[in-house]
Amino acid sequence: MSLSLQNVSLIADSEYYIDNANLTLESGSFNVLLGRTLAGKTSLMRLMAGLDKPTEGRVMMNGVDVTGVSVQKRNISMVYQQFINYPSWTVFENIASPLRLEKLAESEIIRRVHETAEMLHIEDFLQRRPLELSGGQQQRTAMARALVKDASLILFDEPLVNLDYKLREELRQEIRELLKARNSLAVYATTEPSEALALGGTTTLLHEGRIIQSGVSSEVFRFPVNIDAAGLFSEPPINLIPGFVSESEMTFDEFVHFPLNQDLRGFKPGAYVCGVRPSHIGLVPHADDDLEISVRVEVAEISGSETFLHVKNDHCSLVLQLSGVHEYRIDTPIKVYLPTHKLFMFGLNGTTLQAPGRLHKGA
Amino acid sequence: MNKQTKKNVGISVYLFFVLLPIYWLLNMSFKSNEEILGALTLWPESFTFDNYAVIFTDPTWYMGYVNSMTYVMMNMAITLVVALPAAYAFSRYRFIGDKHLFFWLLTNRMAPPAVFLLPFFQLYSSVGLFDTHLAVALAHCLFSVPLAVWILEGFMSGVPREIDETAYIDGYSFHKFFIKIFIPMIGSGIGVTAFFTFMFSWVELLLARTLTSVEAKPIAAIMTRTSGATGIDWGVLAAAGVLTIIPGLLVVWFVRNHVAKGFALGRV
Repeated sequence: MSLSLQNVSLIADSEYYIDNANLTLESGSFNVLLGRTLAGKTSLMRLMAGLDKPTEGRVMMNGVDVTGVSVQKRNISMVYQQFINYPSWTVFENIASPLRLEKLAESEIIRRVHETAEMLHIEDFLQRRPLELSGGQQQRTAMARALVKDASLILFDEPLVNLDYKLREELRQEIRELLKARNSLAVYATTEPSEALALGGTTTLLHEGRIIQSGVSSEVFRFPVNIDAAGLFSEPPINLIPGFVSESEMTFDEFVHFPLNQDLRGFKPGAYVCGVRPSHIGLVPHADDDLEISVRVEVAEISGSETFLHVKNDHCSLVLQLSGVHEYRIDTPIKVYLPTHKLFMFGLNGTTLQAPGRLHKGA
Repeated sequence: MNKQTKKNVGISVYLFFVLLPIYWLLNMSFKSNEEILGALTLWPESFTFDNYAVIFTDPTWYMGYVNSMTYVMMNMAITLVVALPAAYAFSRYRFIGDKHLFFWLLTNRMAPPAVFLLPFFQLYSSVGLFDTHLAVALAHCLFSVPLAVWILEGFMSGVPREIDETAYIDGYSFHKFFIKIFIPMIGSGIGVTAFFTFMFSWVELLLARTLTSVEAKPIAAIMTRTSGATGIDWGVLAAAGVLTIIPGLLVVWFVRNHVAKGFALGRV
């Protein structure tokens, strides 16, 4: 089944929750909806599900206009961020509930509930009530209910946010595996760039109610269309430095210069914004054309296997993503090395003019 | 004397004074009128069930209980049927003036029942409802529905809206969802609401007495029959009083675990 949104807007209290969204999702694909809190991920999913009706625009399923069709008639399923189950029913009845309404034979219901419960490893808890289970098991129950029926559209609204780190990775992997086996269209909302990349498929970036980019996840990651997209799909956020291109060299706020390399030679003189990923900046030079910048340490966030080093000088502040543990005292003067051949170039209006590895003509 | 014992003494004294009138009522109901009017006795010297026998054998007496129970049950049923959808609307939808309407409902309870006495009497007399159980039940609804909506709204707002949506996504129609999923989830709220409705309707005397004459006369009004030309029949009055307490006691017993939540109107 394919789903497409055509010029869909949602306005409430004269405020745009979704602003003119156009999106087509192909049958059998796995789609990640990436955006910060309040970007409109949930609003967009509710429109896809038919829980809300768009103020403007049309929702098409398989080429049929379903804009005003009630959710009961749409054959979809949804998993929420909160663990939503019917508390007075057993886990078995919770999972069986959509099947009961399809009036299936009892033996068929039992078979399918057990099959789904086994896939999600909750077959031992079928006779318990949801509130007697742990958070992870409750969410597995909710997922089992979503997966037990042959929904043509499955929506996951940040389903793993309320779970602990280990469980999140485990369940994320399972969701991906389970969905590969079936031909339904899945949409998965998340705030985490790493989750979008780990899940693969396609990614749609949502920013303040607008869809800013949509495409294969790794492509979107490598070639963001503008500063917002680059910032959204990068954790920690991409470093931005105002830069000035002259005839032969590039200047960052008049404190460092370097000659224009092959990638940058095409740019007309003028002001630009340069972006560099936190993981691309190093503490030692990796290439001849690396740019040395003297900075002072602001703070080092150590998360076990990685260190986020926040550094600053009078002209700019940068974040470095370093592997391993790096301990620094505050205000330690250090030198960092910025790879000039891995620069993103943005126009002052935010559009991407160049991403490393591919040229966007038009500068 | 340590602190704990002091506390126990305090509570014992309190309980003693609270229970004393109830004990005295029970005590009197097992005594004959001669003993009641005679010298002070702390327990029945000549223990008798005669007073209860009078009530259970005389239809004019026991029909009082039947009448009271009938309109109380009718009131509870009407209140729940009306208040459940109303509370759902208040908890789930936003509409113009919803907050004002919600508060206005509660102000209904601030008016003393006597204010509505004359209009009710006039209205029911003219439409032929006078002296029926329905008349009392409907009159009591004016006070029990607002409270019921108020309590149920609290319980319903405690249920995440996503549960409603999950049910719709599963394929439930609104009615099926409401009856099969939603009502069981707020079961204790419904219990508490029924309790408060019962308590109000069971003890309310003014409306019940005025809107009835013979057919639907409540027990509390019948009790006044004990005072006759020969004086007051103390024993029977006491027995009737004891029997009036029992239904309330039963209801309290069943909802005792939910009442605290009910007093917080579900907002706990």
